[in-house]
Amino acid sequence: MILASTLTTNLSILVLAGFIGFVVISKVPNTLHTPLMSGTNAIHGIVLLGGLLIVGLSGNDTFNKVILVIAITFGTINIVGGFLVTDRMLEMFKVKPKPPPAEEEQTQAANEQEVGKS
Amino acid sequence: MNAPPLATSFLQSSNFRDVLYIIAFSLFIQGLRGLSGPTTAVRGNRTAAVGMAIAVIATLLSPDEGNWGLIALGLALGTAVGVPAARQVKMTAMPQMVALFNGVGGGAVFLISWAEFRLTHGFAHTATYITVFSLFAAIVGSVSFWGSNIAFGKLQEIIPGRPISLGSAQQIVNLVLLVLAVAAGADIAAGDHSEGVFIGMLACAALLGNAVVLPIGGADMPVVISMLNAFTGLSAAATGIALNNPALIVAGMIVGASGSILTNLMAVAMNRSIPAIIAGGFGGGGAVAGAEGAGEHAGTVRSTTAADAAIQLAYANRVVIVPGYGMAVAQAQHAVRELTKELEKRGVEVSYAIHPVAGRMPGHMNVLLAEADVPYDQLKEMDDANPEFQRTDVSLVIGANDVTNPAAKNTPSSPIYGMPILEVSDSHSVIVIKRSMNPGFAGIENELYYDPKTEMLFGDAKSAVSEISAELAQL
Repeated sequence: MILASTLTTNLSILVLAGFIGFVVISKVPNTLHTPLMSGTNAIHGIVLLGGLLIVGLSGNDTFNKVILVIAITFGTINIVGGFLVTDRMLEMFKVKPKPPPAEEEQTQAANEQEVGKS
Repeated sequence: MNAPPLATSFLQSSNFRDVLYIIAFSLFIQGLRGLSGPTTAVRGNRTAAVGMAIAVIATLLSPDEGNWGLIALGLALGTAVGVPAARQVKMTAMPQMVALFNGVGGGAVFLISWAEFRLTHGFAHTATYITVFSLFAAIVGSVSFWGSNIAFGKLQEIIPGRPISLGSAQQIVNLVLLVLAVAAGADIAAGDHSEGVFIGMLACAALLGNAVVLPIGGADMPVVISMLNAFTGLSAAATGIALNNPALIVAGMIVGASGSILTNLMAVAMNRSIPAIIAGGFGGGGAVAGAEGAGEHAGTVRSTTAADAAIQLAYANRVVIVPGYGMAVAQAQHAVRELTKELEKRGVEVSYAIHPVAGRMPGHMNVLLAEADVPYDQLKEMDDANPEFQRTDVSLVIGANDVTNPAAKNTPSSPIYGMPILEVSDSHSVIVIKRSMNPGFAGIENELYYDPKTEMLFGDAKSAVSEISAELAQL
């Protein structure tokens, strides 16, 4: 019954992970829901691992190689893009330390420029 | 490879791999915990990214690994597409970006299941449970892939944002597609090894993904995106069980849980049930009822000018800005920030009231305003903002519509009755910046516009706000 026990172990992991997910995510404020979503979005790119594992076994089946390369590409886009875009968003949420006056003028000038452009 | 065989075999042993996986998913959880506050969030996201790198490396160390050329090709292609996309996307386009990234994740899931199917000659000698989880992943992954792509198309306005549906037949069609996909899956699980059946199953799931998302209107997109996010997570977890890979199970399930929570929060914030949104009710019957109701109170609407609005704002003590999708579309967040600065110079207290479903994604407005350097503590969530409206002199509504409609509180016949709203009509006066009198995505007239306290400033959000700022500077 080795298979059955693997299944039970995996199901236990599944259920526990679900509970952890609920607890951790419940604490995230509304304000950060977009980054949360794009961050968790990046995490499910972990299916990449599935592609990496199977491509090693795929033998000479050309069609399989093609779909696995696509799968790995998709997974990588999901991970790399997801984390990068989340990082960009979160950088903007950083509580900025009060900039020294000179710098503030600079940012103001930059902002004015931006408004001017429009 | 001159490494001692013992060390090599340890590096390749599944125990070592599993230890790395445990480290990886601990980092995911720790990273997500960091997302609970703006100060720790950046580090949290990076922590999760490190976890992901560890998980990938652990997988590449496994002894069955091969076909390095293909792996390198896939990783390189993915990076080449993902990095520029993530770097260049505008903050206003974030919802469609997330939808797209979510879609490719779902695509990877169903392709992997397909490859597994071919590799095992139709799950010929696999345990039934592995077959079942693989098939589940294939169906859900395919739904998620196609659904996300449609959501992307709608948000990007490649496909019209209005609901496209088959009317009353829609639900029957969806049900038939679902039954067909599940039946094909059951057939395979019962021992049919034909690839045609598998492809048929994928095709039904693909059609289902299209059929579910096409009828959903733009305003319901926040719910759809988080639901599809949960779907991809769950399908990844199922792949994890099929491949006996704990990292996939944990990560996928956490995403599934988080997506489910968010979906539920969004649905509550719109006072809609998730089944009702999926059934695509809003664009149909509800809007008709709303339009009929609108005829009754076609009262007068007062319009104002930027100069008058500027005076009104300049002499207020407290101003609350209510941003909506209109602000995002017009890219007005920087102009709004400038206006805020002008007002603050004059000693006006300014804050922002943000409805949970404002925009096309939960928290979308917060991201845009953060981009424009609005301090985090000026952004008020609905429950904190509502009691404050009574002591607010001017509420400035910028491109928000349904989330301010008092009909949600006062008119039981309204389709949005019961939806929590920002109670801007409690403030002393209201200025609404809006392109035209067209109703919002819900297709309902907004009673707020006929309120004697309300003045409308018609125009593009960005130019209207900039004009007000310019007038203020001259006062």
